[in-house]
Amino acid sequence: MAGESNHHNGDKTLSVRIYEQVNESVFRCYQCGKCSAGCPLSEDMDYPPSQLMRMLQLETPEVEANILRSYTIWLCLTCETCIARCPQEVDIPKIMDFLRSESLRRKKVHPSAKDIISFHKSFLDSIKYTGRLHEVGLIAGYKFRTYHLLKDLPVAPKLFLRGKLKLFPHFIKGKSVISRIFTKTFREYKGKEAEK
Amino acid sequence: MMRLGYFPGCSLLGTAREYDESLRAISHKTGIELFEIPDWNCCGASAAHCINHDLSLALPARILALAEKEKLEEILVPCAACFNRLDVVRHELISDEKLRQRISGIIEMDFQGNIKVINIIEALSRIPSDGLKEQILKPFQYTVACYYGCLLVRPPKIVNFDRAEDPQIMDDVMKKIGADTIDWAYKVECCGAGFSVSRTDIVAKLSGKIIKDAVQRGAEAIIVACPMCHSNLDMRRSEIERLEGRKYSIPVLYITQAIGLALGISNKKLGLHRHIVPVKLPLKVKTVVEKEFVPTAKAEEE
Amino acid sequence: MSRIGVFICHCGENIGATVDCGKVAETCLNIPGVVHSEDYKYMCSDPGQNLIREAIREKNLTGVVVGACSPRMHEPTFRRACAETGLNPFLCEMANLREHCSWVHEKADVTTRKAIDLTRMLIEKVKRNQPLYPIKVPVTHTALVIGGGIGGIQASLDIANAGHKVILVERDPSIGGHMAQLSETFPTLDCSQCILTPRMVEVAQHPNITLYTYSELESISGFIGNFTVEIRKKARSIDEKLCTGCGICMQKCPVKKIPSEFNAGLGNRTAIYVPFPQAVPNIPVIDKSNCTYYIRGKCKACEKFCPADAIRFDQEDEIIEADVGAVVLATGFDVVGTGFFPEYGYGNYKDVITGLQYERLASASGPTLGVIKRPSDGEIPETVVFIACAGSRDAAKGIEYCSKICCMYTAKHAMLYKHKVHNGKAYIFYMDIRAGGKMYEEFVRRAVEEDHVNYIRGRVSRIYEENGKLIVKGADTLMGHKPVEIKADLVVLATAGVANKGAEELAQKLHVSYDPYYFFAEAHPKLRPVETNTAGIFLAGACQAPKDIPETVAQASGAGSKVAALFSQSELTREPVVAVVNRTAPPVFSTCVGCFLCQPACPYQAIEKEEIKTRDGKLIKVVAKINEGLCQGCGTCVALCRSKSIDLQGFTNEQMYAQIMAS
Repeated sequence: MAGESNHHNGDKTLSVRIYEQVNESVFRCYQCGKCSAGCPLSEDMDYPPSQLMRMLQLETPEVEANILRSYTIWLCLTCETCIARCPQEVDIPKIMDFLRSESLRRKKVHPSAKDIISFHKSFLDSIKYTGRLHEVGLIAGYKFRTYHLLKDLPVAPKLFLRGKLKLFPHFIKGKSVISRIFTKTFREYKGKEAEK
Repeated sequence: MMRLGYFPGCSLLGTAREYDESLRAISHKTGIELFEIPDWNCCGASAAHCINHDLSLALPARILALAEKEKLEEILVPCAACFNRLDVVRHELISDEKLRQRISGIIEMDFQGNIKVINIIEALSRIPSDGLKEQILKPFQYTVACYYGCLLVRPPKIVNFDRAEDPQIMDDVMKKIGADTIDWAYKVECCGAGFSVSRTDIVAKLSGKIIKDAVQRGAEAIIVACPMCHSNLDMRRSEIERLEGRKYSIPVLYITQAIGLALGISNKKLGLHRHIVPVKLPLKVKTVVEKEFVPTAKAEEE
Repeated sequence: MSRIGVFICHCGENIGATVDCGKVAETCLNIPGVVHSEDYKYMCSDPGQNLIREAIREKNLTGVVVGACSPRMHEPTFRRACAETGLNPFLCEMANLREHCSWVHEKADVTTRKAIDLTRMLIEKVKRNQPLYPIKVPVTHTALVIGGGIGGIQASLDIANAGHKVILVERDPSIGGHMAQLSETFPTLDCSQCILTPRMVEVAQHPNITLYTYSELESISGFIGNFTVEIRKKARSIDEKLCTGCGICMQKCPVKKIPSEFNAGLGNRTAIYVPFPQAVPNIPVIDKSNCTYYIRGKCKACEKFCPADAIRFDQEDEIIEADVGAVVLATGFDVVGTGFFPEYGYGNYKDVITGLQYERLASASGPTLGVIKRPSDGEIPETVVFIACAGSRDAAKGIEYCSKICCMYTAKHAMLYKHKVHNGKAYIFYMDIRAGGKMYEEFVRRAVEEDHVNYIRGRVSRIYEENGKLIVKGADTLMGHKPVEIKADLVVLATAGVANKGAEELAQKLHVSYDPYYFFAEAHPKLRPVETNTAGIFLAGACQAPKDIPETVAQASGAGSKVAALFSQSELTREPVVAVVNRTAPPVFSTCVGCFLCQPACPYQAIEKEEIKTRDGKLIKVVAKINEGLCQGCGTCVALCRSKSIDLQGFTNEQMYAQIMAS
């Protein structure tokens, strides 16, 4: 496995932490590029998936900073085309998940990823209090976060007319459990951060 | 009767309510009995696993545990995204005892891991051919593109679909109700999934390719089994048309709607009026489906 | 009273750095029966061996224990040293202080104590050793070669030219193997058939070679120098003596659309067929699964038109028995088909072909007479994509190893295409170019520099058909890992080379080890690459691992030389480590009760019945007797014998108990 010496602050490298936390070894990647060839968004990414794997293998602090600041990790759609075809069975979607939460935690998010993250956060906010996703609430929350107030305006009345938009959320009985699940999982999340 | 636990998922209560409506509408005639899991919660979708891994395990785990509590053996998950989350989480938890215990603690319920998660196609493909044939009033004699998308068939090692790169099982169901299916290139390509709101441009690009290929190869309708696929191909049609610089009138139907039409259920009951792209199918001369359902040669090889 | 000498070797630092060898030697001197004990840096060296020899002479030793490396390594060395002094070599034993002790433990007192224990155990054993004498067995000077590809042909010719008899068995109707299917060969681009077919003819005409084609090994028994084999000669439905090879039968056969195996499915053959015009022997076979007569009981067109009356519909398989002294395995390899690849269309696209199919397209004897035409519509492709590592180095869906030959043949394929279609574009998707070999790298450079073959470093994620073109979606990892899309007319997959069909079954039949991929295992990866773990059975060619022609031929000649060396002796000696059924004085004769439970348990069929009779011929009892020629000393019968009447020489129950009790 990777060494720790490259990092001046004594942190474990990303590759080591990926191995420890999600049990995936980036060193299995032999850079064939099949993931980048099949990824529906590799053209839009700053680093296509195979390049990101190579960067993880390098284990230098500078490159790792670039990984966490990349747009790639937020563009990944988790469509799992890469893992379905990877000859070395490197679970890139799982690694992407790890890198996203790491990037958020270290506050190194790519500026363009703001909208995507706002969407995810609005989504989670919506279920945190009610237990289920409330689409109108999600969109409202998203617009509030991003100020994209005018976007998607034309489609909303159409949806409403077709009975697809529910104005009021449904609260499940176990909503307090859901809140506790959020509290516990985010405590863990922050706990891991504090350990470092 | 096939008794199945039912997890509709959030979309089926909102933007994809016609999926829920059409599934319930056909369930009686096709011998499926749905038992909705009481007090189910959202699976967390891509938002949870993008942001917090534990949360992305805990939310589906609660759903699975609730179903287990009801002594259900199988749970039908029509939404492909929810199906993928639930099945992947089930797999992850049963293969790691420590994790299973930790997550059970978080959700305040014991998840045992003995429930099976099945998707809509699997449930529909179990309907016996003869039984279905008798029920068909208006054979669905259209040329269709069966669009599986990504989450239904992947990751292949976990969800265990028939053929990861060229699945046939949805095609086989459609052939049973009289449709012709095309062999096309975008069967399992991604539509843009959860970027519907945040990166509509990407959705337009990816979904545009899918619609273009389906139309080019002569499809009269696209058949889907996922609310995200449906909303990207249907609701985002104007963005797609703007990007591609041309109009596409091809309707996008949930597989349950297509079956419903074949069974003679009204458009209204199937929620066809809820689509953005009007469901106008070319008029066909009515004939009774004569041909015996023959599984495709490809499927036989498997 | 025993007089045992103990010799502890330091093995340089291998043992000496971890075990206190001096202390081991010193302690052993206190063990009853030990009269001499010493340690030395390199006991296997000449001075080391001298120490043993001198001690035996001076102290009149009755047994020797050498505490050193593995007996697999140096037992013969030390036993030879003992024998030179006149001590029976089987009175010398080795304690494995290296693999069993110093290599697996840290330096510590307890490690030294373990070394002492190991040595003491062998001392107790050797006290009970009996002098044993090697067994001599005769050698049959005939070799069996299985597989008639270039490997089997070369081995057969080498053995035959050394003056020994050879039986060559080939499963297919003709010898020639994969090499006969190839177009031109790298790195010289000489025509494969032109260099192979003369050898095939030589095999057929060689006075020392008996050729059985369309035949398979049915069974084998015996041991080195003395195998008995049964060969199943499958019914060709042709009287080989009468057939003139005129080929009229093939012209008249009405079943004409059977995919030709020789053309890798790209051309057709008839139900009665010769695989290719240059086949050896040039005698057809009737493929019973496709012949109208065998299926429906009617037709017999071939019989009607055969001018030599050679058709024999009622011919049956024949079993031929033969005695052979050695076996050469040369059963070759196979390539996986295009249906293996989900992302490349599950074999549904006609214009996605394997490298072997491409060889047939490029071959002058192939279905297109050497013109590169795509299978779907016969058009000459303007753009060809070659994909290396299709199934190789693919832990997920294929095999993990490198198939080794593909880099070179793919370069050759692209080169041949460019030579034949001057305006065509050839792309090769590759991960690494492995061109280690004489003139190999130069060959690849020639493809790039002179023939402008476009190498793209990356793998292909997907292929699909669109408007008659194959859309190949790959990536270029040398251009920022960006996706590359090529509209191709033909795609050639360098599919993985795998073990041949039936390899596992054959290996089990021959008691030869094989690896997880069913390639036959060599006895030692470096020092015994052509031998198997079963004495007398040798390997040649791609049945051991994927190999190109030069390597196959080299190994085949190696195997041939091994066989010739074996056959240079009239008899072999083998270790007397065999089981014996005890004999005692009358009236008991033997404690064996004649239950013969041991007989079916013996994996080598070495147990016979022996009748003990009185002088006037009256039967007293029937007891088991072990054929020392067949016995391999595995000890199964010893463990099974209920009356404890069988012992393994050199490893008797008494010796084993003493050894264990000393630990």
